[in-house]
Amino acid sequence: MWKKMNKNTRSNLITYGIVIAAFIIMQVLISTGSVSSLLEGIMVPICIYVIMAVSLNLVVGILGELSLGHAGFMCVGAFTSAFFSKCMKDVITVAPLRFFLAMLIGIAVAALFGIIIGIPVLRLKGDYLAIVTLAFGEIIKNLVNVLYIGQDSNGFHFSTKDVMGLDMEPGGTVIVNGPQGITGTPQDATFFIGFIMILITLFIVLNLINSRDGRAIMSIRDNRIAAESIGINVTKYKLMAFTISAALAGSAGVLYAHNLSTLTANTNNFGYNQSIMILVFVVLGGIGNIRGSIIAAVVLTLLPELLRGMEDYRMLIYAIVLIAVMLFNWAPKAIEWREKHLSFGKKKKEAVK
Amino acid sequence: MDMSFISYLINGLSLGSVYAIIALGYTMVYGIAKMLNFAHGDVIMIGAYMALIAMTQSGMSPVIAVLIAIVVCTVLGVVIERVAYKPLRNAASSLSVLITAIGVSYLLQNIALLVFGSNAKTFPSVVEWTGITLAGGQLSISGVTVVTIVVCLIIMAALVLFVQKSKPGQAMRAVSEDKGAAQLMGINVNGTIALTFAIGSALAAVAGVLYCSAYPSVTPYTGAMPGIKAFVAAVFGGIGSIPGAFIGGLLLGVIEIFGRAYITSQMADALVFAVLIIVLLVKPTGLLGKKIQEKV
Repeated sequence: MWKKMNKNTRSNLITYGIVIAAFIIMQVLISTGSVSSLLEGIMVPICIYVIMAVSLNLVVGILGELSLGHAGFMCVGAFTSAFFSKCMKDVITVAPLRFFLAMLIGIAVAALFGIIIGIPVLRLKGDYLAIVTLAFGEIIKNLVNVLYIGQDSNGFHFSTKDVMGLDMEPGGTVIVNGPQGITGTPQDATFFIGFIMILITLFIVLNLINSRDGRAIMSIRDNRIAAESIGINVTKYKLMAFTISAALAGSAGVLYAHNLSTLTANTNNFGYNQSIMILVFVVLGGIGNIRGSIIAAVVLTLLPELLRGMEDYRMLIYAIVLIAVMLFNWAPKAIEWREKHLSFGKKKKEAVK
Repeated sequence: MDMSFISYLINGLSLGSVYAIIALGYTMVYGIAKMLNFAHGDVIMIGAYMALIAMTQSGMSPVIAVLIAIVVCTVLGVVIERVAYKPLRNAASSLSVLITAIGVSYLLQNIALLVFGSNAKTFPSVVEWTGITLAGGQLSISGVTVVTIVVCLIIMAALVLFVQKSKPGQAMRAVSEDKGAAQLMGINVNGTIALTFAIGSALAAVAGVLYCSAYPSVTPYTGAMPGIKAFVAAVFGGIGSIPGAFIGGLLLGVIEIFGRAYITSQMADALVFAVLIIVLLVKPTGLLGKKIQEKV
């Protein structure tokens, strides 16, 4: 039966298998107590990064456009869901139900932002698209930092200046406090939920790639003009991939918001730096290779935690590795050299194309 | 007329002049190598650190310090081009060189972080002149502001002359027009591209010193934001066009300072990016850019 299977199906099953096996091993290790609390604490962040890497790979690898504002969508998902959870903390007391609703809302709003941003942005290509997505990511981060929302008996109050600008009754509570963000979000995200979200993400992305829509998206990547001339609606498919990717990033944001008690937006979590970090995962895992993204995200999140002393050099090493991998994989001279000296060179070249 | 308005306008022109100098580097490199040099902003930061070290540690005069910064950045720019970008010039995917440039940008930031630390260092102004006071003391313009605007005008004029009249300048225009044809005419394409990177990086050093004199501190991340904004300016003016970069830079500087003064200071960055998005949607080629037809 294994032999008869389609090559893609087999490869996808291996990917699912790796994720499930990794989860089971970690669960066993955690329940037997052989894992340090530090390591246990980064299980949810690992899930978040895996989802981010897979969703960015959908845009970079499958659609073939570089998005540098991916953390912006994560930010949108995180803040809307944290806002919802905080408001509903006393109304819906069943944690899983509340989290489920928060997840749906976070994903929906992130997808909505994906559409709003995607429509103008996807008319551009290459460098322009990269810089505009970067701009959008920064604008989202900026907006969140000047946003104040409070609640009292009259309903919600909004301001973009400060807490006084909310003009609330004495008993009102501040929910979103500008640069201080949202505090007191219920910590509903668990390793198990993160694992389920990874499986859902994989299911969506892998099925998309192997579908008619996915092939249309990849044809746009390989040759936009040829794709257009055989009647593929370029805008529709580009927007589809971009929105799905934004929605998945939103779900990672929801996990992020519900893993920490304080949610703020700064360069390291929702800014340019985060977007670049996710890009590093995608590039090192192999552009267009979903399984590679998962492995790279896990390894690169685990390594710095295990090698504590390396903290200062971590980003430096990332930068060097990023440059080296790009040169080795893409430079025409390096490709030629690989073909001559390495036996797998030929296969590699086909995969690259 | 309101004096504060004029003061904001002059400050805007000064900031805009810095953006224009950086944008010239972007636009020349983009015009010739068809790549977005993400690391350009970080070359600015390196230039500022070099001038800072020369002035504070070795006690050199500002003029020599600026010259040292220019030399270091020029060499750095050429080395980056040679090591990281040149091997990828004929790569199948245009994404590869963009991602490499991001890697170089990150590398420079992190090297600076290791060498100089993350704390902001005070940057002594390279301009000792205190400036001028007009309208009976109501309007004062600092020396740095005046010098920045003047330097920008000089650089702009010199570059236009260089590109239009000199042999290497003509070679640059030829290479940006058609690389293959230029090579057949006996132009050293690799040398010309290296020269472009050298000029762009030298300008980045000047911009770095001026920027840090106006906002007197320097950190490893100093260059990132002005770099991205200068790219916005280059796109605004029409990428590949030298006068476009100049006009785009000045306009963007004025927009940013007015936004900071009259709207809100926290949203000034968002305002600049909003300008970029509007320009790209309404006139993707920028104010002075040429429309290039895509060939099948």
